[in-house]
Amino acid sequence: MSAGPAIRVRGLRKAYDGVEAVRGIDFDVQPGEVFGLLGPNGAGKTTTVEILEGYRPRDAGEVSVLGTDPWRSSSAHRERIGVVLQHSELPPTLSVHEVHRMFAGYFERPRPVDEVIELVGLADKADARVKTLSGGQKRRLDLGVALVGDPELVFLDEPTTGFDPSARRTAWELVRALRSLGKTILLTTHYLDEAQQLADRVAVIREGELIRIGTPRELIAGAPEVEIRYREGGREVVVSTAEPTRMLAELTGRALAEGRELEALEVRRASLEDVYLDLVDEERA
Amino acid sequence: MSVFAHELRNQQLMFWRNREAAVFIFVFPPMLFLLLGAVYDGDIDGVPAVDRLLVGILGYGCANTALAGLAITLVIRREDGILKRLRATPLPASTYMAALLASTLVVFFAQMALTVALGVLLYDAEGPQSWAALAPVLLLGAIAFAALGIGLASLIRSAEGSSAVVNLVVLPMAFLSGSFGSTGGYPAFLQAVSDVLPLTYLIRLVEAAYVRGESPVDDLGAVAVVVAWGLIGLLVAVRRFGWEPRER
Repeated sequence: MSAGPAIRVRGLRKAYDGVEAVRGIDFDVQPGEVFGLLGPNGAGKTTTVEILEGYRPRDAGEVSVLGTDPWRSSSAHRERIGVVLQHSELPPTLSVHEVHRMFAGYFERPRPVDEVIELVGLADKADARVKTLSGGQKRRLDLGVALVGDPELVFLDEPTTGFDPSARRTAWELVRALRSLGKTILLTTHYLDEAQQLADRVAVIREGELIRIGTPRELIAGAPEVEIRYREGGREVVVSTAEPTRMLAELTGRALAEGRELEALEVRRASLEDVYLDLVDEERA
Repeated sequence: MSVFAHELRNQQLMFWRNREAAVFIFVFPPMLFLLLGAVYDGDIDGVPAVDRLLVGILGYGCANTALAGLAITLVIRREDGILKRLRATPLPASTYMAALLASTLVVFFAQMALTVALGVLLYDAEGPQSWAALAPVLLLGAIAFAALGIGLASLIRSAEGSSAVVNLVVLPMAFLSGSFGSTGGYPAFLQAVSDVLPLTYLIRLVEAAYVRGESPVDDLGAVAVVVAWGLIGLLVAVRRFGWEPRER
């Protein structure tokens, strides 16, 4: 086993037709970590992931995936990675079981097919044709096919885009199950709550640049403000403060003294979403 | 089981499971043979009409299976992202292509056997004079047309249009090359086109082997034309073939 990070990226750059999609980004993903690349559409997430998956060459920088340069990687390297693409179909006329068996045959030491189908929750659909599956079921199939080779590292490019809330929750459970199997996971998403729920560390990327990196908690800690909201005389009052305890004591003390109720009182810590939107706005401003 | 055998099995499963494509690629040429064979009689270019038709249909079947079938299959799989998905697995591209080619050959040889059997049983056609001469001709034809199929797939941008574009190439070629009868009465400019088409020369080689038992070695000029077209297809494929969707 090679020590060091599962993924190492330094000064990565990539342009299409003169437009820079990725402009010099650096990050490491440690073995066993769930790492989230978060950003709006067109931020360069998919370009970055596809370079790491070995689909396209880079213009500049260093990239190492499981100790290998993914561009022109060998079959031996691809034994160790699993890929869920943002868009891809699987043979529509084959059954769930047949598709898993097809992909299992490409690997030297696949996981048992039935076990994988069970893991992704398609056991009752094992004999169903791919074309009869719902969108969420197809996404689980994509995941099953990515796991059938028993990879160490799994790439998930927007794994829940277009899902309804319950399908997203199921997908999240799957990612957590993968993590408990000890897999390293790189996922991209433009859903902030998804990154917050799943990722050990998050890199926020915008217009090809990495503008913030850390644990979800660290990202939030970067914005100490807490919002206190209440209604007074039919008007909404919002107080932003770095000292919520003192501010709250003052507000409630005064209201108590005056015998008033602070209507619709709410104390809210900045979420990752607030931080993220602030970051994005900062960049725009 | 080797990865090649595994992938050949996958390709066969996918081919026969996709009923519409299997009907068009596998059934269509023998069906045309049945229909046309019922109305043809007498001689064509000094050969019994049904034998000449059988030879022509074998050539058409080769173009339909190896060129049209392979091109459409590849474009659809590319645009669906299936090829891209496969590129992330350890399956080598060369093994995939070899298995796809072998699968195409299996389909074509089954189709050829069916067409010959129908001709012999229903229309009193002669069987091949020399299998030893015929087999390498059909193998050469299938490989050359498969190369053209991969080349053509590289030039088609969308799955929706692929079947129309491919048939716009294959059906006129089949008519001009004499798949469905003699081209002897065609005007000179159509004959000129016919004279450069690979299927014209493949049918000439098939006829020589099937009807007269002549080896392709006796007509190296025709072999050279078929090989040259195959190389053109290969060259286009090497330069232009992609594994990722063009649209989107």
